[in-house]
Amino acid sequence: MDNPRRLAQVFVELADTLVEEFDVVDLLQVLTERSVELLGADASGLMLADQRGDLQLMAWTVERARMLELFELQVQEGPCRDCYATGQAIINVELAEAVERWPVFTPAATKAGFGATHALPMRLRGQVIGVLNLFSNDPVRLSDDDIAVGQAMADLATIGLLHERTLHEQTIVSEQLQAALQSRVLVEQAKGVLAARADISVNEAFTRMRAHSRNHGLTLTAVASAVVDGLVDVQVLMSS
Amino acid sequence: MVASVRVAEILSGIAEESTPIAALPQRLVVACARELEITGAAIVLMTDSGPAGTVAATDGPAEVMEELQFTLGEGPCVDSSTTGRPVLLSDLARTGPGRWPGFSAGALGAGIEAIFAFPLRVGGIRLGVLDLYRDRPGSLSEAELTEALSFADAATAILLHLQAQRPEEDSGSGSIAVLEDRAQVHQATGMIAVDANVPLAQALVLLRARAFAAERPILDLARDVVARTVRFTKDLDGGIHGH
Repeated sequence: MDNPRRLAQVFVELADTLVEEFDVVDLLQVLTERSVELLGADASGLMLADQRGDLQLMAWTVERARMLELFELQVQEGPCRDCYATGQAIINVELAEAVERWPVFTPAATKAGFGATHALPMRLRGQVIGVLNLFSNDPVRLSDDDIAVGQAMADLATIGLLHERTLHEQTIVSEQLQAALQSRVLVEQAKGVLAARADISVNEAFTRMRAHSRNHGLTLTAVASAVVDGLVDVQVLMSS
Repeated sequence: MVASVRVAEILSGIAEESTPIAALPQRLVVACARELEITGAAIVLMTDSGPAGTVAATDGPAEVMEELQFTLGEGPCVDSSTTGRPVLLSDLARTGPGRWPGFSAGALGAGIEAIFAFPLRVGGIRLGVLDLYRDRPGSLSEAELTEALSFADAATAILLHLQAQRPEEDSGSGSIAVLEDRAQVHQATGMIAVDANVPLAQALVLLRARAFAAERPILDLARDVVARTVRFTKDLDGGIHGH
């Protein structure tokens, strides 16, 4: 971690999400992107547990991370699942030596071009709500400082999701998680709408929506909503 | 996936071969009230212009509660449908009067002490709200919340089912597939909405009807739609075909 100013900027950015109304999908997307940036990883994926305890993929930085995370869910094996089950961080696992631990996940991860993986729990006072997964192409080791920064970012996001009131009632967690899951669906619907309107791929549509939300200070959910309701000109989105 | 197994159980528990689709909402709220030990349950329909009336309600306070919210235009159900988020009130006497003075007075007067409202939606498709009422304060336990969410998913599936223009062509299993987190189904819904120039809800109905008619799993068809090897277009005479 060699850029303290950038580190401070990112923490301010994450802390900003602790105000009343914030978009969970945005927060999680930002967390994955910043963790890759600050920790020198190559990809990141984030899973949250829904009310039934099933892990749901909520954010990712690149397509191969998304595919690998979905695969992990499908085969029910991998660093994310282990981390969620135990609440313990999984650090600096070289995939070349992980075949015994994750016989199905490891070949898939290697095929995706990754050499190492790490999983950090999103946890507050014993309650684990999700996992932040990091991937590196080369089997480099993240330093203790890197891990500490990564965990601090995950903790900050967890606090953002679990307000103080939830220490007494789980209701706030449920309301926000449900809203987040539905926002995810809305974003997928919007990707389809924009892809069809602009004759582009759904991945390109997502990139456009992300850029638009960043450039105009809007949440991803708000942009998705506007796309679905036909309230934003395709030309505007394509020129963002 | 564990979630949809429970939803499938709930649906098969309330529907037999000969059950008319229109009877399902009432059966669901009765089953829900029984399973969750709550005082009452109701399903309210939502349209683009707001709450559009009670689809089904258990006997007793539930119907009264819905009337109250509809007449006053305020209440947890109204908030839940507007925001698209659950509204979980474990203690109406404590948190209600500040938020909904008129509604709270009426509800507390009718002996209701806790209300849990769940929006019935598939992303941007807003169908309605499932309202649960209790005559004593207290939050839903983890298990109760999970169960309530399963009933909400089942209610969503039923409302989607009711939306289909020719429900007899629509197999209920398509609804459950939609509720699972399959990104392509949602993306395909968006694409069909544009191709056929119809609202999202109608697009989803088209996708399911097409999957049923072609005897294909909905996810398979959705993948083709996303890959643009299947397109839904509106004919000059207004018919919509997938090809």
